[in-house]
Amino acid sequence: MATEPVTRRARFQHVPSEKTKLEMLHFMKLTREIEDRIERKLYRQGRIVGGVYVGLGQEAISVGTAIHMDKDDVVAPSHRDMGIFLMRGITPQRIIAQYMGRRTGLTRGRDGNMHMGDMNYNVIAFVSHLGDNVPVAAGAALAFKQRGEKRIALCYNGEGATSRGDWHEGINLASIHKLPVVYFVNNNAYAYSTPVSLQMAIEDVAMRAPGYGIPGEVVDGNDILAVYDAAKRAVDRARSGEGPSLVEFKTFRMTGHSAHDDAGYVPPELFEEWKQKDPIPRFEKTLLEEGVLTEKRRDEMQAECAKIVDDAVDWAEQQPYPDGDEVTRDVYYEGQEK
Amino acid sequence: MAVTTYIDAIKEGMWEEMEKDERVFILGEDVGIYGGAFKVTKGMLDRFGPMRVIDTPISESAIVGAAIGAALVGMRPVAEMQFIDFISCAFDQIVNFAAKCRYRWNAGVPIVVRGPCGGGVHGGPFHSQNPESYFFNVPGLKIVCPSTAYDAKGLIKAAIRDPDPVLYFEHKYLYRRIKEDLPTEDFVVPIGKAALRREGDDLSIITYGAMVYRALEAADALAKDGISVEVLDLRTILPLDEEAILATAKKTSKIIVLHEATMTGGPGGEVVARIAEKAFEYLDGPIVRIAPPDTPVPYSPPLEEAFLPQVSGIVAAARKLAAY
Repeated sequence: MATEPVTRRARFQHVPSEKTKLEMLHFMKLTREIEDRIERKLYRQGRIVGGVYVGLGQEAISVGTAIHMDKDDVVAPSHRDMGIFLMRGITPQRIIAQYMGRRTGLTRGRDGNMHMGDMNYNVIAFVSHLGDNVPVAAGAALAFKQRGEKRIALCYNGEGATSRGDWHEGINLASIHKLPVVYFVNNNAYAYSTPVSLQMAIEDVAMRAPGYGIPGEVVDGNDILAVYDAAKRAVDRARSGEGPSLVEFKTFRMTGHSAHDDAGYVPPELFEEWKQKDPIPRFEKTLLEEGVLTEKRRDEMQAECAKIVDDAVDWAEQQPYPDGDEVTRDVYYEGQEK
Repeated sequence: MAVTTYIDAIKEGMWEEMEKDERVFILGEDVGIYGGAFKVTKGMLDRFGPMRVIDTPISESAIVGAAIGAALVGMRPVAEMQFIDFISCAFDQIVNFAAKCRYRWNAGVPIVVRGPCGGGVHGGPFHSQNPESYFFNVPGLKIVCPSTAYDAKGLIKAAIRDPDPVLYFEHKYLYRRIKEDLPTEDFVVPIGKAALRREGDDLSIITYGAMVYRALEAADALAKDGISVEVLDLRTILPLDEEAILATAKKTSKIIVLHEATMTGGPGGEVVARIAEKAFEYLDGPIVRIAPPDTPVPYSPPLEEAFLPQVSGIVAAARKLAAY
């Protein structure tokens, strides 16, 4: 191993096709559109039940990683990974219904916002106890290895979750058995109000990777082409049986922790600095320069995403709430499996 | 028929399920080459190989978390806690992940978390606990506490086949003390069903686990005084077999609830409440709870003896209740 414990790449090994680039742009835009609608409109209008947590400014991470998933791969997202749900094929309708506490949301009103999953789409639902999904993803990967399947598991957390013991236990177990799993960390500089400097005494989460005997890589999380490249390397490694990787994406949480948090503890100049690095305009600029995208097409894509979300909101608001007498259902198996 | 100890009954149950169903596997600390701290998994590594009998690091949370992940994609994991006391390290995975998946997003988590519980072997505060009370208040879990070799085998098989997470608390005091002839053919003991261990008319002792034997011993002693005692072994404490509890309450009208978990917040309180709510008019005396005091499990023999419910105490309480 080189003296530097983690890899930082200046040049990309993997470059997406034009078609994939446009697909990624679509999902980044759709992610932003749906989260903007939820947080800035529906939440403020009181049409959302409970709290809202968004990944504003972090869209490149979920999209640029999940693009590498095969249909049978399993993903355990965290709470700023909306793009993953959309890319897995879960409809915006069901997602908005979930946020509105309706029966046709992913959890049938049992849970709210990003606490959603569906094993029909191989998405494991997130729990608020951060880092719990790390050993769980290892377990899914263990099953794939036991059965000799070529499937992999992808697991997502913020840097905040990496301070939990489960995060360590899970990555350690996965590393020992070279399980087909990738651990992604979005380092967005804050765990609620706590800056990274009060979370760890090291610069990069990825510096912990050598401690597990796995590769660690630090990536610009606001450059989707960098995300795509690093994720591909880690996914390929997992799929070929070489074991887990730890990929850290440097990014910034462009909101408070949740919709009720004004983030007054964040120096305003940091928001200004990171606004310049917004992953969507940045990617659009590249695509315009490359001639992959025209301004007209860009605006059309924006309008398409807005329409998808308009329709989803209209649909979700027509959906029934669950009945109160459903409250005791499905605590245990009742004869129907997902 | 073959004479089988309680501990071997657990092993046989797992072994047979693993032979029959390749989704079943075991993970835990020292379960492989060492065969488990108590040898529950002895010989399984040789038979089933390292992909199905997995030695893990000392990481209870990862053991249970990995079991959950594997279960979500179709496996049937059995996670061993080397001593059930260490289940506290996996509390979050059990309570917040495993127990809530089905309710939240309709995803079944068919895992078994099992391990040796209980006192009487001078294990001290961290190797003697009965932590079922912590989990008794968690909807989505099932909790079984076998007392016989038959139940040990039948309940581990039922737990492995169950579509929901099951905590299987095996009493280490019974491991090699309890044995019986077991049928050679396949059988399960249904989760949620109590068993009447002794029929009687004057009062009932409702209990489970190792305390079943204290209750039976007390019943023998009381029979000499002409007091006829019924002993109900709950076998499963979550969900409780309310029908069996109410039936014995209505039959004898005098109830002692006995367990090895400490008194306050123990499962006995719930048994008492159900009887008080649903069979109050049948009662002919105050319901009596017998359980250890609200202390950690002590180490030194005189202290542990004072801690654990003893036959003499049960007999004294029963005499008083019978005379009420």
